[in-house]
Amino acid sequence: MKIHEYQAKQLMGARGIPVPMGYVATTIEDALVAVKPLIESSGNPVVVLKSQIHAGGRGKGTFKEHPDVNGVNVITAGIGGGVAAAEEAVRVLASKMLGSTLVTIQTGEEGKVVNRLYLEQGIDIERELYLAVLLDRAVGRNIVMASTEGGVEIEKVAEETPEKILRAEIDPAFGLLPFQANQLSTGLGIGPDASKSFAQFVRSLSDMATDMDTDLIEINPLVVTKQGEVMALDGKMAFDDNSLFRHPDVAEMRDVSEEDPSELAAKEAGLNYIKLDGTVGCLVNGAGLAMATMDTIKHVGGEPANFLDVGGGADADQVSTAFEIITGDENVKGIFVNIFGGIMRCDVIATGIVEAVKRVGLEVPLVVRLEGTNVELGKRIIEESGLDVVNAESLRDGAVKILELTR
Amino acid sequence: MSILVDKNTRVLVQGLGKTGQFHTEKAIAYGTQMVGAVHPTRADTTMRFEGETDHSGVPDRDDTFSVELPIYATMSEAVAETGANASVVYVPPPFAADAIMEAAASGIELVVAITEGIPVADMVKAKRYLEGRGTRLIGPNCPGVITPHECKIGIMPGYIHQRGRIGVVSRSGTLTYEAVHQLTLRGLGQTSAIGIGGDPVNGTNFVDVLRLFEADSETEGVVMIGEIGGTAEEEAAEFVAQEMTIPVAGFIAGTTAPPGKRMGHAGAIVSGGKGTAEAKIEAMTAAGIVVAETPSEMGEAMERALG
Repeated sequence: MKIHEYQAKQLMGARGIPVPMGYVATTIEDALVAVKPLIESSGNPVVVLKSQIHAGGRGKGTFKEHPDVNGVNVITAGIGGGVAAAEEAVRVLASKMLGSTLVTIQTGEEGKVVNRLYLEQGIDIERELYLAVLLDRAVGRNIVMASTEGGVEIEKVAEETPEKILRAEIDPAFGLLPFQANQLSTGLGIGPDASKSFAQFVRSLSDMATDMDTDLIEINPLVVTKQGEVMALDGKMAFDDNSLFRHPDVAEMRDVSEEDPSELAAKEAGLNYIKLDGTVGCLVNGAGLAMATMDTIKHVGGEPANFLDVGGGADADQVSTAFEIITGDENVKGIFVNIFGGIMRCDVIATGIVEAVKRVGLEVPLVVRLEGTNVELGKRIIEESGLDVVNAESLRDGAVKILELTR
Repeated sequence: MSILVDKNTRVLVQGLGKTGQFHTEKAIAYGTQMVGAVHPTRADTTMRFEGETDHSGVPDRDDTFSVELPIYATMSEAVAETGANASVVYVPPPFAADAIMEAAASGIELVVAITEGIPVADMVKAKRYLEGRGTRLIGPNCPGVITPHECKIGIMPGYIHQRGRIGVVSRSGTLTYEAVHQLTLRGLGQTSAIGIGGDPVNGTNFVDVLRLFEADSETEGVVMIGEIGGTAEEEAAEFVAQEMTIPVAGFIAGTTAPPGKRMGHAGAIVSGGKGTAEAKIEAMTAAGIVVAETPSEMGEAMERALG
C-alpha cells in the first residue's frame, strides 16, 4: 500500500526524523491560510507547493488543463513581495493545480487528478542526496541504498553510474549498525559537521522500516541544508500489505481515490484483480497461471482485459463476484475462464460461473478450460446448466478460441 | 532416486485448521507417512483421518485408510516422539514464520511452508534464524513438494503426477500443475516436483533445487518455471550454463504484466525496469535453456531439450 508524501512526512516527523514544516490543503483557502505561518516560523520567504499523488516525477510533470504548470512549484514571490505576494502566487497556482490532472512519467498518459496539495517551507539546500530502505530479494533482507546523485531517478544512476550507489545490508537481528551508518556517511562525502546527524537519520530510517513493515522508504532528495541539517525533502513510502493487520493506523491512511474502483471491489472480495486495456477478460486460479493466461492471449494475437487470480480457497460467491467484475468492464468482448484445480475445485468454479450468469446475464462469448481436482464434476455442472459455453482442451486452445469468438 | 522427499519421509503437520486438515487427509490418501500434528491447544489428543485411498499415490495399498494422528504441543516434543524428519506448515500468516522457526529449532531436516500472505519482515527474520541451522525451508506461499508414488507434502492434486525422469521447479503453483500434467501426458513423468513459492523472500531458490536435480541420478532433465520480479531466474540461468549437464527447459510468466503492479504473488512485480520477463527469457535462452513461448508448450520444450 502506498501513501502520500505528506503522510510519509507526518510518520517520519513523529519519529523525530527531520522533515520540512508543511501543511496539507484540499482547498485554495487551506493553502492560503498556511502561507503566513510557514514564512514566519521558518524565516524563509520561499514556499513550495507540491501535488499529492501516488506517482513520482511530479516536478517535471505538467497538468493536462494547464500545460505551463508543473506538479511541484517553488514560489519565490515572497522574497521581494512578502507574505501577500507569496499568498497571491499560491492562490493562482493552487487554483490551477487542485482538481486538475497531472501527467508524469509514472502516471501514464491518463494522468492523475490532484485532490491534495502540500505546502512546505523553503529550504536552503547545500547538497542533494538519495537514500532508500528497501528489500534486497537476493539476500532476503532490507538494505539501505544511498547515492550522491540526489534528485535524479535512481534507476538512471544504477544504469549509468552504478559505482555511485552505496549499499548496506540490515541484519534483522541487529538493525543498521553504527559503523555501517558511518561507512555510508563517509562514502557520500558528508563532512564532519553533518555526519552525526546523517548517521542518526539513516539509523532512524532503518528502524522505521523494520518497525512499520515498509516495502520501501525512498527519500529523493535527502538534503544537507546550508545550516548543516540533514532533512527529507521528499518522502515516498509503501507498506507490505501482508503486515497491515498490525498497523491499523497506517491502514487508515489508504487513499481509495488513488485506486481503481474495480480493483478495490475485487480486493474487498478477496480477489487479485488488475485492470488492463484489452478486450479478453480472464478468470484464472493462481497468480502464475493468471499471468501466463494473459501472456498466451497476447501471444495468439489478442489483448487481455485484466489479470484476475481467484486464489486457492475461493468459494462460489467469490467466483461469482469475480465474474461480475469482469463483465462490468465495458471493453470486455469475451471471457476466458482457465482453471487448473489444486486446492481450487473445478466444481466450485463451475457453480460460481453458473450463478453469476444467472444473476448478471452473459452478453459476450465464454470459453472455459477446466483441469485438475473434480474436473468431471465441474464440466457436468456447466453442461447441465445449459449455458452457452465453449469448452477448451488446453490454455492455448482456449486462448485461440476466445480470440476467434471476439473477432 | 528423487530429491528432498521419498517413501521414508516422516511428516508432521503444523496447523490443523480447515486447510491443514483437508490436505493432511489428501496426503494420507496419497500414501504419505503423516506421523503427527502440532497444535498448541489440542495437544495430547488425537485426530482420526479416514477415507478412500488415492491409488495414483503409493502403490499396493488397501482401498481405504484410517489413521489416528497424535497431536503434540510443541515441535520438539513431536519430533522426539515420532522421529519425523519433515514438517508442513498450514499455520495462518501472522504466526507462520514462528512455526517455521520452531520447526528449525526442533532440528527437523525439511520444512515446507504452504501459507500465503506471511509478512515480508517475518520471513526476513525466519530466513536469518535458519542460517547455520541444518533445516531446509521450501516456500512459503508454495504448493509444496512431491515425489510421485512415494510422498506428497502440500496442496497439489496427486493424480496428475506420474513417476518418471524429469524434475520440476517453479515459483507458481498452478503453473507447476500445468508442467507436471504435460510431462505425464507425454510419458516423461517426474522424479520430484518442487514449488519454491511466489513470495519475495523464500527459503530455497532455483539454484538450490537445480543443484539437487543435477546430483540426482534419476533426473534426466528439468523444467524450471519462473515469473517476473527479482533476479532469481537470471542467477539460475548462470548456474545452468556453468554447472548443469542435464538439459533444462523453462517458461517465464508475466510478459504482458504492466510495470509497478503486483501480479497476485507478492514477489511478482516489475519495478524500476528490473525483473522483466524479457530479461529473464534472454538470460535463460543464452544459458541454453529451451524456453517455451506459452505454458501449453512446456512439455514439448522439455522434449526438445532432451533431444
